[in-house]
Amino acid sequence: MSVLEKYKMMEYGPAPEDPKETLLWLDTHKRKFGHFIGGKWQAPSEEKYCATSDPATGEKIADVAQGSSADINAAVKAARVALPAWQGLTGDQRARFLYAIARGIQKHSRRLAVLETIDNGKPIRESRDIDIPLVARHFYHHAGWAQLLDQEFSGYTACGVVGQIIPWNFPLLMLAWKIAPALATANTVVLKPAEFTPLTALAFAEICSEIGLPAGVVNIVTGDGSTGEALVKHPDVDKIAFTGSTEVGRAIRRATAQSHKKLSLELGGKSPFIIFEDADLDSAVEGLVDGIWFNQGQVCCAGSRLLMQESIAEKLTRKVQDRMSTLRVGSPLDKAIDIGAIVARVQLERIDSLVKQGIAEGATCWQPEIALPSRGFYYKPTFLSNVHPTSIVAQQEIFGPVLAAMTFRTPKEAVELANNTAYGLAASVWSESINVSLHVASQLKAGVVWVNCTNMFDASCGFGGYRESGYGREGGREGLLEYLEPAWFKSASALVAPAFSPATVPEVANLSIDRTVKLYIGGKQVRPDSGYSVEVRGANGQLLGESPLGNRKDIRNAVEAARKADSWAKTTAHNRAQVLYYIAENLSQRSDEISQRLAASVGAEQAGKEVSTSIDRLFSYAAWTDKFDGAAHNPPFRNIAIAMNEPLGAVGLLCPPEYPLLGFFSLALPLIAAGNAVVAVPSEKYPLITGDLYQVFETSDLPGGVANIVPGRASELLKTLAEHDDLDAIWCYGDETLCATAKALSVGNLKQVWTNEGRAIDFFDTKQGEGRWYLQHAYQVKNIWVPYGE
Amino acid sequence: MSQENLPRLDIVDMHGHAIATGSSAIAVLNGRPLQPNRGTSLNLDWIESVRMNTSAVERRAASISTRRTVKKDWQIAWLLRAISCMDLTTLSGDDTEERVRRLCSKARQPIQHEIVQKLGIADLNIQVGAVCVYHLFVETARRALEGTRINVAAVSTGFPAGLSPFEDRVSEIRRSVAAGAQEIDVVITRAHVFGAHWQKLYDEIVAFKDACGPAHLKVILGTGDLSTLRNIAKASLVAMMAGADFIKTSTGKETVNATLPVGLVMTRMIREFAQETGIAVGFKPAGGIKTAKQSIEWLSLMKEELGNSWLEPHLFRFGASSMLGDIERQLEFHATGRYSAEYRHPIA
Repeated sequence: MSVLEKYKMMEYGPAPEDPKETLLWLDTHKRKFGHFIGGKWQAPSEEKYCATSDPATGEKIADVAQGSSADINAAVKAARVALPAWQGLTGDQRARFLYAIARGIQKHSRRLAVLETIDNGKPIRESRDIDIPLVARHFYHHAGWAQLLDQEFSGYTACGVVGQIIPWNFPLLMLAWKIAPALATANTVVLKPAEFTPLTALAFAEICSEIGLPAGVVNIVTGDGSTGEALVKHPDVDKIAFTGSTEVGRAIRRATAQSHKKLSLELGGKSPFIIFEDADLDSAVEGLVDGIWFNQGQVCCAGSRLLMQESIAEKLTRKVQDRMSTLRVGSPLDKAIDIGAIVARVQLERIDSLVKQGIAEGATCWQPEIALPSRGFYYKPTFLSNVHPTSIVAQQEIFGPVLAAMTFRTPKEAVELANNTAYGLAASVWSESINVSLHVASQLKAGVVWVNCTNMFDASCGFGGYRESGYGREGGREGLLEYLEPAWFKSASALVAPAFSPATVPEVANLSIDRTVKLYIGGKQVRPDSGYSVEVRGANGQLLGESPLGNRKDIRNAVEAARKADSWAKTTAHNRAQVLYYIAENLSQRSDEISQRLAASVGAEQAGKEVSTSIDRLFSYAAWTDKFDGAAHNPPFRNIAIAMNEPLGAVGLLCPPEYPLLGFFSLALPLIAAGNAVVAVPSEKYPLITGDLYQVFETSDLPGGVANIVPGRASELLKTLAEHDDLDAIWCYGDETLCATAKALSVGNLKQVWTNEGRAIDFFDTKQGEGRWYLQHAYQVKNIWVPYGE
Repeated sequence: MSQENLPRLDIVDMHGHAIATGSSAIAVLNGRPLQPNRGTSLNLDWIESVRMNTSAVERRAASISTRRTVKKDWQIAWLLRAISCMDLTTLSGDDTEERVRRLCSKARQPIQHEIVQKLGIADLNIQVGAVCVYHLFVETARRALEGTRINVAAVSTGFPAGLSPFEDRVSEIRRSVAAGAQEIDVVITRAHVFGAHWQKLYDEIVAFKDACGPAHLKVILGTGDLSTLRNIAKASLVAMMAGADFIKTSTGKETVNATLPVGLVMTRMIREFAQETGIAVGFKPAGGIKTAKQSIEWLSLMKEELGNSWLEPHLFRFGASSMLGDIERQLEFHATGRYSAEYRHPIA
């Protein structure tokens, strides 16, 4: 075609990125990679390799080792061996390594971008302008945290050896999100990249080697799901960090239940993209391009559910479809391409099948008339209308360039529709009214809310989900905490039943009138559904009274009551503090009688101490209530990124048996102070404390349903609590078995689980028994991004 | 806004006559033919409904140059297109007739003969879109451009401040048209925008349009002065309702001139105006566009937001002069394979 014809056509023409240098690099490795273990390339123990291929062409790029459990063993061992020396370095020294990694990423930025693009199929524009710069930024930012670790996280210690499993959609970026905070907090790492996209992780390993990172600090083992499983199940791994599908997340939760492995999960999403009638509609349309047509829609936080206000739906639909017609789909190495290739055939088939199911259910499918390349895995940008909350395409994560559109009438309905999902990763809100935007943002169940923007990421801001989108955050201060534990907790001894000396137990007061202890649900004293009571005996075997035997139906009722108490979260922090102070006041008034009764179970000395420490703890959390602030972050954009601490919601609580009163308060107070409602199973050893607690609560203005107490058999009630899909979290204090049960049974809705790992906590010790560590678990962080400018 | 709630548009010209559709289309947008602008009534509801989110506009504008690029022969074609859409301009206090004649000579032959031959584009007979001068030099330019299809454009209405008496501004237009200008670049009273005096702004531009007669009216908004993107969007809309054939960013004399975010806002308003009225209005960014790379970015913006009709000189112009030198160097590089030097190309 001549220049003349091109002048007349005014099309873009091809603009290929030349991959020559990157291919040469692959050739220097003979297009065959082993594992990176202990600072060396090692052939897989079973000599098995798998091909990784270019989804744009289907052609093989290289052979990559298939990791066996022997390879995982070797890698974990190398990480364990490297751990003492790595932890022996100063924060400053670790910071220099992280800084050198960031520099290395920048030096090899184009190689990494091209590798990412040929391995994954994403447009070179994205790998070059978004993925790789964010990777470098993540290491720079965490070099800073390494430097400040001792000052900012004093009293914390690293988890140890961390196993990390990452997905194929942002291969190197997810590696950075995992490795940077792990190294900054003095952990060592075994990372398994995704089967489809191992190459940038291997190039990263080479950078680690080049900058002289001590051997064994970072180990990369490639392979498929079985390799990941071996890593998850390895007994010498202290923490697992996983990003991927909710289904695999569940399996990992189950597989690690019997262990003390700390766990963070970043899972799927079906994120709402809400456009109000007063939005800048053209900009919102561009937001959709960045939201659902970014990375072929293979983004866990993709804005895949479009919610349009009815009054603008028609106009907006036209604008979206016009814009879709100018999207360019094609070779990912072309610099002027918007949508590249889908990562693999299986994924393409999954997208296609879900869209077909959606159409069969009545959705209207619109696709622009644009050409697709004749080979490779491509899918047209797709707009599905006539979609309803019941539609499969509105519920399931499609993980492709497919937008499902619905309408709403009012902001209230927008929130309702947005939250009508099992997921809770991200949301995007478009309105020119700051009132509407922030009002809606505050009500969305999502870890990240982007106001008038979408898919903004930065190392300084936490990222992670609510509900079945997982737990734990990546990025920012909260992300670091996922790789740290209080030093005292790590070395705490196993929980053993405390011994009591009968000599210290006083005579029980002669009660002239029978005292019937009941359950406390929704602010009311209720009889147990079972109609049974059990004897409660004191330390020297004497009968102290009878306690109602709560069952699963009582738990069900208590959870319903807790769920209805959501106004507690909206009550001002000042008012919540006032209630806690009032509880302290009333507890103080009754301290003598309560401690006298409690003494029969735990002895006079402990009883007195439990009551007085409980009053202190009430004062302490009343103080905390309006002081556990969020943050305003400093990502490198002109915007306000607000990190808001939000309560989890309704939380199940298994109270420490050995501290009937103080144990309840130590766990319930941070939750209640944060605005959660609790369903507590009190100490099985002395459940009669329930009667004292509700009498104090009833006189203290604590709204009904905020604290629900169901005495009964801990192991039985735990099952109902852990399996309950309407609880957002469970805090379980007990022995190893109880903690493992809580973790294993929580997989239904993937509620957050926090346990004492079967260890003993000295609740009389302020350092162990209260403060930030508890509050951090009582809240989840929502990051709201609000770009501004006029 | 739903279709029902949309501000109702009476598609009538400024004299209240219904605009005929179907014939004499000058552009196509998403398959729909568009007519030249004879003005519509002033629709205040529409103006009030304008929303512009600055950060989002900036992000999109920044992605124009990273999402799109053209290489090799395609780049040559695009650079040639940029030349054909240029308003080669001289607007200095020290302008003389001879200076204007030199500029016109460059306008007739913007690319050296040798390079034209090497690139094989002689048949295109590439010339710039117009030469843009002060009123005083309209006649000089007209004579110097006789026999070409290059228009003479005159800046008018008390350019660049636009603060001379209203009658003087209107008669300045008439004089330039009489002297042979086919295009008139007028400046608006920025105060009307700051005060949201849309009726006054509309009336002012209607008077300018009237004075233009057959000449094309290019309305300079003074975007650097207007400052906010919402102001720019609203002023764009009023100018189009009043009958502007082109809306133009700036005079080149403000501290901030044509920027991509401003261009994006104005092209979005052109698109919305076209969608609601069936009328095509042209766009002219002016000032601060100096490089070949920038010219490609602006052309990409037009293609992405409005489509190929806006890659033609009757709907798109660059107000620039130094940009041509950089484009010539790029073309010579394409023709010879060697990087070029500025002094090798005849100056304007």
